[in-house]
Amino acid sequence: MGEVLERPAATGTVLPILDIQHVDKRFAFGAETITALSDATLRIGKGEFICLIGPSGCGKSTLLRMIAGFETVSSGALLMWGKPVSGPGPDRGMVFQDYGLFPWLTVSQNIAFGPVARGRPKAEAAAIARRFVEMVGLTRFAEAYPHQLSGGMKQRVAIARVLANDAEVVLMDEPFGALDAMTRERLQEDLLEIWARAKLSIIFVTHAIEEAIILADRVVVMSPGPGRIIADERIALPRPRDPTGVEFNALRRHLSGLLGSHH
Amino acid sequence: MTALAVRATASRQALLAVAAPVLGLLAWHVATSGPGYHLIPPPADVAVQWWDLAFGGVWDDLYSATLWTHAMASLGRVYGGFALAALVALPMGMLIGRIAVVRDLLDPSLQILRPIPVTAWLPLAMIVFGIGPRSAFFLVFLGAFYPFLLNTVFGVRSVEGRLFEAAAMLGVGRQAVFWKVVLPASLPSIFTGLRLGLGFAWVVIVVGEMTGVQTGLGAIIMEARQLSRTEIVISGMVTIGVLGFLSDRAVQLLGRRLLRWSPQHG
Repeated sequence: MGEVLERPAATGTVLPILDIQHVDKRFAFGAETITALSDATLRIGKGEFICLIGPSGCGKSTLLRMIAGFETVSSGALLMWGKPVSGPGPDRGMVFQDYGLFPWLTVSQNIAFGPVARGRPKAEAAAIARRFVEMVGLTRFAEAYPHQLSGGMKQRVAIARVLANDAEVVLMDEPFGALDAMTRERLQEDLLEIWARAKLSIIFVTHAIEEAIILADRVVVMSPGPGRIIADERIALPRPRDPTGVEFNALRRHLSGLLGSHH
Repeated sequence: MTALAVRATASRQALLAVAAPVLGLLAWHVATSGPGYHLIPPPADVAVQWWDLAFGGVWDDLYSATLWTHAMASLGRVYGGFALAALVALPMGMLIGRIAVVRDLLDPSLQILRPIPVTAWLPLAMIVFGIGPRSAFFLVFLGAFYPFLLNTVFGVRSVEGRLFEAAAMLGVGRQAVFWKVVLPASLPSIFTGLRLGLGFAWVVIVVGEMTGVQTGLGAIIMEARQLSRTEIVISGMVTIGVLGFLSDRAVQLLGRRLLRWSPQHG
């Protein structure tokens, strides 16, 4: 845990975009209380790419859902730009593993959904949609409905949808977990490009160590029973990262050891 | 598939679709033409009677060329009762589906009323609404109401939770979520209710027109039965079948346009 608090040297003294201080999450389960997350402390700087990894039950999705505002914090503080998170909002866009697209809207309408919901004029929303449809490479499918798209394309729409809504923080809950290996690799590359271009802060939940090392600035390792943060490792390798490289493998072994010793 | 292959499949389907009725007609003909049988008329007699009913010129009796009057009367009751059912069931279903208090208040009563068949309401309807079209209207309304209501409730209640989360994180407020998410997401179920409701409206039209109305397909069926004009009875039945089929087709076409996005409908 000490490690986590020493890290913010990188973000300096500026306000972190997300400041998570000693956060607990407890659920009532019948008469019992279950602690899903215990004493989580994490600071995330603007523009950082964070991967949360850990086995199921380690609280990584719970943490993500609390940042999104779908779950409340049982104790501790969860601040965005210094203000407590009190519910879902467009500044924190979520990309779900099961996409969560609106099946009755076309690709462009899905992407324009946020701007329209927030009262932007129709023409402006349409222009925004066009821009982000293009950004994720779906121009040819702009008028298609979600059920006509492949899983990879649906996830591109989901990403474009939160970007089109001016999300500063993008929360991704095992977004590529349901995709085949090749599609996943393409999307990882594209995500890194979009992240760099749009200066996003990304918190990406995965259970794949390799995916975490390919993507992240920092890999936050969590363990179950109760869920807590056990390590926060900075990945200093230059991008694009080569999964067959020596340093990559050393990191993989290291993270794998961290995960294994806490099973 | 090539255009030719598509056409071949289509004509095969059409052929199969008419095969069963043609066989049925044939069996009917064989069973009823022949001497000494009078209870059920052969199909040719029914066809002649239907023609007379529709256009006149054969028997020139009280029934000649009255089919349109009766059909229009029934159509009016079917669509009127159905529209009223939709008008009540749609908002009621939305409220029951979305608001727990309304559900707790209304659902138990509705569950008890629901198994009561429309026919059982007939005497009560005649007492309350009198003999005539208002009773018929009420019974059609009742028949169409429950399928519409239940499917609307089902649709509203089974909106994926994920979609509410997606809408909330994109900035949709609590009020707007109904129009932006609940309504469109439950449209396929509502539509199923609409189709079933309209179907039931046709089913109960004969019962509805047993209430002593003068016109209507159900009315002439019941009247012709008493006069032993079985050709007219069957002509009326066939007409109801065709009209019900056509109105269902129209609704289906509408559904395909409205629900293009749904893999089950588009």
